[in-house]
Amino acid sequence: MALNLSEALSSIATQADATDWRAAIRLAGDGLVAGGATTDVYTEEMIAAVEKHGPYIVIAPGIALAHSRPSPAVLAGGLSWVSLATPVEFGNAANDPVSLVIGLAAVDHDAHLQVMSALAGVLSDSSAMERLGAATTPDEVRAVLGDLAAAA
Amino acid sequence: MKIVAVCGMGIGTSVLLKMNAEKVLAKLGIDAEVEAADMGVARGAAQTAEIVLTSEELAEELGDVPAEVIIINNFFDLDEITEKLTAAVE
Repeated sequence: MALNLSEALSSIATQADATDWRAAIRLAGDGLVAGGATTDVYTEEMIAAVEKHGPYIVIAPGIALAHSRPSPAVLAGGLSWVSLATPVEFGNAANDPVSLVIGLAAVDHDAHLQVMSALAGVLSDSSAMERLGAATTPDEVRAVLGDLAAAA
Repeated sequence: MKIVAVCGMGIGTSVLLKMNAEKVLAKLGIDAEVEAADMGVARGAAQTAEIVLTSEELAEELGDVPAEVIIINNFFDLDEITEKLTAAVE
């Protein structure tokens, strides 16, 4: 059985409201903070990363992986899940608009690889993503992720 | 063959790209080493690598490097990665 991503998630929010990409990243950051993975400073670091490098974190159609580098603002590795009620533009020509923001915090370059591998498995599974996109509550998201881990 | 997957921070998108590139390379039977790197490390690594995998925004930031730069739009689309890597290797 593969790692169950729902156990790795610090927090899950569904049908969240964000007016723009900064607000969407803040929601993902709030989830990391709520889960005890980061401080608010990390949220600002994630926003600064996009300001510096552009909207490259939109790595697939509709999906943004908000993250920055390991820093003192990272207390523990963590992952947060925010699906948006209304998709927002990040300015990524190929993959806008974004309806799912995943917040990622890592304490170093290696510790989170198992989680990343599970995440890659889920995000590259189009039928799984369809089910996750249709989930309207955190419990539904957890249930789908649990099913996927059991089936893997 | 040496391939570098590049992102801004070296912990997130480049790691996902490395994982999916390795899947594709194994399927194609290509013997290659894939390294995930942030922008700073990548500028150095790209001097000795044959292929750089990255997104459009970061390719612009990376600038001119001797390696062939392949832009991947959807990091989870193994078909896109397969097609672009095959074209680059041939």
